[in-house]
Amino acid sequence: MSELLSIILTIVTASTPLLLAAIGELVVERSGVLNLGVEGMMAVGAVCGFGAALATGSPLIGILAAIGAGMVLSLLFGFLTLTLVANQVATGLALTLLGLGVAGLIGVSFVGQPGLKLAQLDIYGLAAIPFLGPIIFGQDVLVYVSLALTAIVAYALFHTKLGLIIRAVGDSHQSAHALGYGVIPVRYACVLFGGACAGLAGGYLSLAYTPQWIENMTAGRGWIALALVVFASWLPWRVAIGAYLFGTVMILGFSLQGQGIGIPSQLLSALPYIVTIIALVVISGNRALMRANTPACLGQPFVPDR
Amino acid sequence: MRLLLEKRAERSRRMIFLSPLIAVGLTLVTGAIIFALLDLNPLRALFVYFIEPLTNSWSIEQLIVKATPLALIGAGLAISFRANVWNIGAEGQLTAGAVLGGLVPVFFPQWQSPLAFLFMILLGVLGGMAWAAIPAALKNRFNANEILTSLMLVYVAQLILDWLVRGPWRDPQGYNFPKTVSFSGWQLLPQFKLLPDSIGPIYINLGAILAVAAALSLAFLMARTLKGFEIRVMGNSPRAGRFSGFSRARTVWFCFLLAGGLAGLAGICEVMSTVGQLQPSISPGYGFTAIIVAFLGRLNPVGALVAALALAISYLGGEGAQVALGVSDKIARVFQGILLFYILACDTLILYRVKLLTNQSAEASAA
Amino acid sequence: MVKVKRNYLLEALHMVKVFGELHANDGITLRIKPGEIHALLGENGAGKSTLVKMIYGALQPTSGEFLWQGAPISIASPAFARKLGIAMVFQHFSLFETLTVAENIALALPGRFNLAKLSEKIALVSKEYGLPLVPKAVVADLSVGERQRIEIVRCLLQEPRLLIMDEPTAVLTPQEADQLFAVLTRLAKEGRAVLYISHRLEEVKRLCHTATILRHGKVVANVDPAKETAASLAKLMVGGDIHVVGTQRKQRAGTARLQLRNLNLPADGPFVVELKNISLDVKAGEVVAIAGVAGNGQSEMFDAISGERSLAHNDMICIDGEPCGRSSVNERRNLGAAFVPEERLGHGAVPAFKLSENIVLTRHSSDPSLVRSGLLQKNGASGVSDRVIKAFDVRKGKPDPEARALSGGNLQKFVVGRELDRIPGVLVINQPTWGVDAGAAATIRQAIIDLARQGTAVLAISQDLDEIFEIASRIAVLSRGQLSETYAAGEISLEQIGLLMAGAHEVEEVRHAASA
Repeated sequence: MSELLSIILTIVTASTPLLLAAIGELVVERSGVLNLGVEGMMAVGAVCGFGAALATGSPLIGILAAIGAGMVLSLLFGFLTLTLVANQVATGLALTLLGLGVAGLIGVSFVGQPGLKLAQLDIYGLAAIPFLGPIIFGQDVLVYVSLALTAIVAYALFHTKLGLIIRAVGDSHQSAHALGYGVIPVRYACVLFGGACAGLAGGYLSLAYTPQWIENMTAGRGWIALALVVFASWLPWRVAIGAYLFGTVMILGFSLQGQGIGIPSQLLSALPYIVTIIALVVISGNRALMRANTPACLGQPFVPDR
Repeated sequence: MRLLLEKRAERSRRMIFLSPLIAVGLTLVTGAIIFALLDLNPLRALFVYFIEPLTNSWSIEQLIVKATPLALIGAGLAISFRANVWNIGAEGQLTAGAVLGGLVPVFFPQWQSPLAFLFMILLGVLGGMAWAAIPAALKNRFNANEILTSLMLVYVAQLILDWLVRGPWRDPQGYNFPKTVSFSGWQLLPQFKLLPDSIGPIYINLGAILAVAAALSLAFLMARTLKGFEIRVMGNSPRAGRFSGFSRARTVWFCFLLAGGLAGLAGICEVMSTVGQLQPSISPGYGFTAIIVAFLGRLNPVGALVAALALAISYLGGEGAQVALGVSDKIARVFQGILLFYILACDTLILYRVKLLTNQSAEASAA
Repeated sequence: MVKVKRNYLLEALHMVKVFGELHANDGITLRIKPGEIHALLGENGAGKSTLVKMIYGALQPTSGEFLWQGAPISIASPAFARKLGIAMVFQHFSLFETLTVAENIALALPGRFNLAKLSEKIALVSKEYGLPLVPKAVVADLSVGERQRIEIVRCLLQEPRLLIMDEPTAVLTPQEADQLFAVLTRLAKEGRAVLYISHRLEEVKRLCHTATILRHGKVVANVDPAKETAASLAKLMVGGDIHVVGTQRKQRAGTARLQLRNLNLPADGPFVVELKNISLDVKAGEVVAIAGVAGNGQSEMFDAISGERSLAHNDMICIDGEPCGRSSVNERRNLGAAFVPEERLGHGAVPAFKLSENIVLTRHSSDPSLVRSGLLQKNGASGVSDRVIKAFDVRKGKPDPEARALSGGNLQKFVVGRELDRIPGVLVINQPTWGVDAGAAATIRQAIIDLARQGTAVLAISQDLDEIFEIASRIAVLSRGQLSETYAAGEISLEQIGLLMAGAHEVEEVRHAASA
């Protein structure tokens, strides 16, 4: 029983960074921008978060630093793709390569250092309830933040004027421009939000999930987050479901490794990546669903009609 | 102050040549700043990093060794990206080629003949093609995003390699190290003397020759054949491509199989020369750096050849800087990323004229 | 009824707008009275859209003055114009396909965001003015006429004093146009003014109280359309007699070269029109025109005949007797067919490619001088390109420029000329002169007629009824994916075409209105 509990708790912490990164990217893509640099932003978020926490002794400062790092990198991306109208796919790749490189460089001195861990909460002391207590009331603060963020994004996108504007910009940027909306500022704001979320996700990895710094600790999670957005058809609650599904797959793979089943550990480690491919294939193959939900301007550069 | 982009009527020919040079220049300047921030003498650091690798014959040999896989893969990616087919999984295709070709020395280490050699090379190419066929098929059949699928397969391929060299393919006489038997004889790439003893000597292996051959033939393909025309049309205007009778599915197959085959070739060449065996890590990220090579080379196979040499310098420079300056060799990756950013930023100049508007000039043009 | 004859609502005095070397507007004076429907006439490039953009606040004049109800004013931005009471319905709608009617309108209105209240207002206004709309409907499901209503209701909700309409009937059936005129007349009676931009002279005569005619950036006349004829208006617009295209009504048609037999093509997506049971013969020497408002299956029909979409049975299409319903585009071209699509940039030609490369685009399969053993023959391509440019008087700067450097009319002449140069047995052309200046349009239409005279079977899909009457010997109407019978051009009237165009179409709208 306690093993099941620990598995569930690990699933929650494994899913949280995926959810954080994916919900940020969802907003970005809803506004029509494709930012493939999530992996890079997560990496710098992780390393800066770790380093800042180490230097100041405060995980909270670490989290803020992680958010900031993600935003700085996303600003670079925004400048290239929104102001200089560079190809979004290539720029996103560049962002990932740069982010991973910078993170590796900065992190050289952090390898092997013990990290600070974000504290588990105990809401109203209810974590004492057997089994359900720790799951629902005893998580660290960012788990609750990730779920709250999902709710906020879901509400804002579909029930506020800001959300309507974001969706409009992603649907037809020329029409939005003709109506007088600032397409570029809206997209900048969304890109920065996405960067903050990705940075936060990275910070979670190095401050809560495995409180240490290992090079390439993101291990493709940023890419999985991108796949999650597609899998969820750009709908916030589906992103949450998808994130937890993937988290489950990841942890299942790990826990099976310890069981001494005949499957080699590397292939179990490959499970999340294979499942990602399968999930993408299943959703993308549904052309009607894709056509109805994909933001029409996704990835297209915007230069106003004269 | 505002940045205004004015679309040019036609692409600027001048900028097509200048923009990569400007990008390199900006990277060097940024590099100097980074070195200064690391408390190093910027000029000395730049020298160690970019010039020293060119000063002795051993390091030029190393340059060519590192440039070879970059050029092979970069040429294939250049064509793929031209067609808007985003193969990001070259690193996985490289690995798959090395694994499939590695069957020969692992199971038939005694098979020493030119045939074994050819067979290994062929298997390498086929391995890369087969691994690339997966994202191609998924794209064509299910419209699954090829960036994500090809990338996921990189992780899968690396994990398969890891499992093989630690498990079933591990050299029993290898003291439990995670590696296969060392390749030998005909199962290694032959070396050729490029420059005589008096000037060098400089040896290159077969891979380098193949890289040059690939670059030249692919450049010919792009410029002078109907296939090259197809690639360019599909990358520019897919609708016009369909109107011209080309099929998106076939273009996707062609690009993935071509780039995958070249990546597999690069993989098998690497393990048949530099590495000499299969082990968990057979490539310092050539498949990803080749993306930068392709862009720096303006998505042109011959340009990719030149760009491969430039990026090989950054690898060597990183190693040299580690020794001479005490800087981590990871700085190479940072330079590569910065370079790609500058390339993309400078490419804007090809399609647009950039004007910096101050408040006064903005009012003047509005009045 | 408001009778304010003394004061003008808007006066634009000596408006000048210079772009670099070009004087788009060169001292234009325009005066609009309240309660007046004022036409703004002129060819493409006459300066209409520049003037209107300045009135709408999207552009600032180089010099000149605006007076609003006698007081000088500077229209600094579209938001300011809207506050004044100036609203504009554009030719190209600014709508968001995946959002609802109410959401689309909400985006255009300032102020607090309350979808429920807005939906009520929309229902009210749309019913009152006879423009039925369902607030919860998703725009992607609506017809073009219904979409225009969204744009109009969007304007009306802001209580405009001046409503600017830019080519509104380009996308409407004759009956929908009548409905629109009723709305505009009512608005005028309420004391609002309407600035009506159009090149449809008969309509202007019917609807408008006064007309200002622009040419080359200047006002050349200000007339009462009722006192002019369409011909005299046209003359004022163009400054001379337009070349009258020589018709070929008397031509005797030969054998059927293009045959469509029970052509069915299911929809392959949500916004695609299904083609049902289309049968048609196009004979050598004749021009058959397919009329219809956009969105009724024209592109689908073109894609089916060109081969971009394959059909269920091979014999649904025959070219010169050869069944080819499942053949590829190039196989059909090799049978002697040539195709010109609606979009020249991105479909008919690659914008970033040079003209000589664009020749290869559609002719690499059928023309051995362009490709030999898989190798491109650059000299062959240049030769053909030069020939086409000369024959069709394509104006371009450099000897072999990129396609996107050409003006619309010149590029269209090139694209059409590229196909006609092959002297094809069958020509299928979609929107021959959309967005093309009058001179180029005349060249293209004449070339089509001449081609038919040489024995080619020509199928022209067009939304321009004037053009259809100019070039066609037989006419059919495409509505909701179904083709009507064909009629000889001399035997069918505009009203009948309009009724055929509406067809099942109006039933949909009645249904939408009933559920509103």
